[in-house]
Amino acid sequence: MPGPVVVFVESRDGAFKKSSLEALSEGRRIATALGVPLQAVVIGSGVAAKAADLVAYGPDLVKVADHERLAKYANAAWARIVARPGADASAVLMSATALGRDLGGHVAGMLSTSLAQDCTELRVDGGRVIARRPVYAGKAFASVAASAGPLVATLRPNVFREESAGPGRTAPVENMPIEAQDVDFRAVVREIVATATKKMDLTEANVIVSGGRGLKGPENWGLITDLAAAVGGAQGASRAVVDAGWRPHEEQVGQTGKTVSPSLYFACGISGAIQHLAGMSSSRVIVAVNKDPDAPIFKVANYGIVGDLFEVLPALTAEFRKLLG
Amino acid sequence: MNIVACIKRVPDSSARIKISADGKSIDPAGVEFVLNPYDEFAVEEALRLKEKAGTGEIAVIALGGPESAETLRNKVLAMGADRAVLLKESTAGRDPIATAQALAAEIKSRPADVVFFGIKAIDDDGAQVAALTATLLGWPCVAGVTKLEWNGRKVTAHRPVEGGTEIVDLELPAVFSAQKGLNDPRFPNIKGIMAAKKKPLEEKPALPGEPRLQLLSLENPPSRPAPRIVGQGKDAVPALVKLLREEARVI
Ligand SMILES: Cc1cc2nc3c(=O)[nH]c(=O)nc-3n(C[C@H](O)[C@H](O)[C@H](O)COP(=O)(O)OP(=O)(O)OC[C@H]3O[C@@H](n4cnc5c(N)ncnc54)[C@H](O)[C@@H]3O)c2cc1C
Ligand SMILES: Nc1ncnc2c1ncn2[C@@H]1O[C@H](COP(=O)(O)O)[C@@H](O)[C@H]1O
Repeated sequence: MPGPVVVFVESRDGAFKKSSLEALSEGRRIATALGVPLQAVVIGSGVAAKAADLVAYGPDLVKVADHERLAKYANAAWARIVARPGADASAVLMSATALGRDLGGHVAGMLSTSLAQDCTELRVDGGRVIARRPVYAGKAFASVAASAGPLVATLRPNVFREESAGPGRTAPVENMPIEAQDVDFRAVVREIVATATKKMDLTEANVIVSGGRGLKGPENWGLITDLAAAVGGAQGASRAVVDAGWRPHEEQVGQTGKTVSPSLYFACGISGAIQHLAGMSSSRVIVAVNKDPDAPIFKVANYGIVGDLFEVLPALTAEFRKLLG
Repeated sequence: MNIVACIKRVPDSSARIKISADGKSIDPAGVEFVLNPYDEFAVEEALRLKEKAGTGEIAVIALGGPESAETLRNKVLAMGADRAVLLKESTAGRDPIATAQALAAEIKSRPADVVFFGIKAIDDDGAQVAALTATLLGWPCVAGVTKLEWNGRKVTAHRPVEGGTEIVDLELPAVFSAQKGLNDPRFPNIKGIMAAKKKPLEEKPALPGEPRLQLLSLENPPSRPAPRIVGQGKDAVPALVKLLREEARVI
């Protein structure tokens, strides 16, 4: 008898992360295809009250580990909690957030298995869960399956559809015993220092406006900021401008920066080097603005404007303000 | 301070990736192989820690084919590591848990206070061998650090997360994986390259591991819709916005 699909659901500041709800929705689809139950696992301090909200996403059981010791993320302790139901599961899923990518490795380690990191597609074939994931920075895709035991996988945010399972669902919410031992609390987050400006994080943004060396200098960055504000998006940058010190590390998109897949990605004055594409080529719609018609970015862009960004970006900002403003 | 860094030899980040006829591996012809870029940060941090501690030894471990000896000798030992171990594997492309098992066995066989990894290897993009190895060692682990503050055997690690930076306190022995921002890796200089020729590089078979994640196939990336140039200059802006609204429906 194949085991359940177990999905770890992450919360931040008292709310469940959208990307976790995407993972839970995908868990519902996989559990249905396998004909097994779906379990959601919630961890933290004071999270029990909210746990029932997850029932709308279709879990057959919500498991809650609620304890003041779990107020801050401690990878080994949290992994111990997820690994318990995970050991008998068909699949253990979570979103590939900073926390999820770390937790997934520890859960896999405790289950003596490997992790399918940052998957972009899951399917069921012959009673097995098969995951598709980018390798070589998105230059190839690997399909993988667990040869024994559960498939432990993290799912790339913004790729899987968030879908409520419909109204009127019921499911029990159950408290889990906390089995983590003291040794599991040797690496505990003491605090999270918020970035200076309270900006939207790139990996969670639905729209991203990125700039590159074509901006010529940090003094012109306002063109990116204005466009981002007009479309309600976050700002990103190429490595060239981060290395030049125009923009902070956390805005870098690409192989050595962040992997993003927003609905809409603007690449402005970015050539489209393979390492930049690695971080954004799974975006749904890509728009490029570049004065060089042969720039490689136009090979991946859905829509392009060939032209001087100093003239195109202000016009684009004005047009969006008119429309959305 | 006994420091270990685990490194991998990988295709250069700009390499063109061609899938072999078996549909499960890449064709290495014409591909340049380098030290995994994130492992440069790991090795650099090991060097700085040793310089700060004033004593100790840095051992570098790579699991891979015979070619990995070149990366160990000409890059990592030349940067300044003291000794290297090549765990030779017979099968190409090991499963992450099998890799971690072999690395953990080697780490356990020697004195070690701290082990550095890269946050991910840019071939399999697995981003997990540090966590898996730490679990096998039973040591605490912080992944993707951009800053480490040392105070004897106590360490404060900084790790970027969405919207901020996590601050984690822990004690040695510990495992860290490094990412961009941690340091600026040095290039080997002539003196380093000469010195590396005389440094010990031990080769031995890797402990056989049991793969748990089966690779079914390797495929080309899904194709993107045909690119379209909407127009030239700012006159193209209204048409672009219309397309984003009415065709792509993203605005
Ligand atoms: C190991 C490794 C890892 C890397 N990781 C990353 C990474 O994570 N992210 C990343 O981005 N890069 C990464 N790179 C660097 C990458 O190879 C490129 O160097 C970088 O992406 C180039 O940035 P850019 O497009 O801003 O600059 P450029 O390549 O210089 O391109 C500038 C573009 O702006 C256009 N332009 C100039 N003026 C105008 C104008 N007035 N109007 C319109 N267009 C204009 C030009 O036509 C050109 O296409 C990595 C490289 C290596 C080796
Ligand atoms: N074959 C290997 N030999 C030595 N270290 C490795 C090997 N594979 C991975 N690592 C280490 O683990 C890190 C993460 O790799 P991965 O989890 O495969 O993305 C790398 O940056 C290396 O530090």
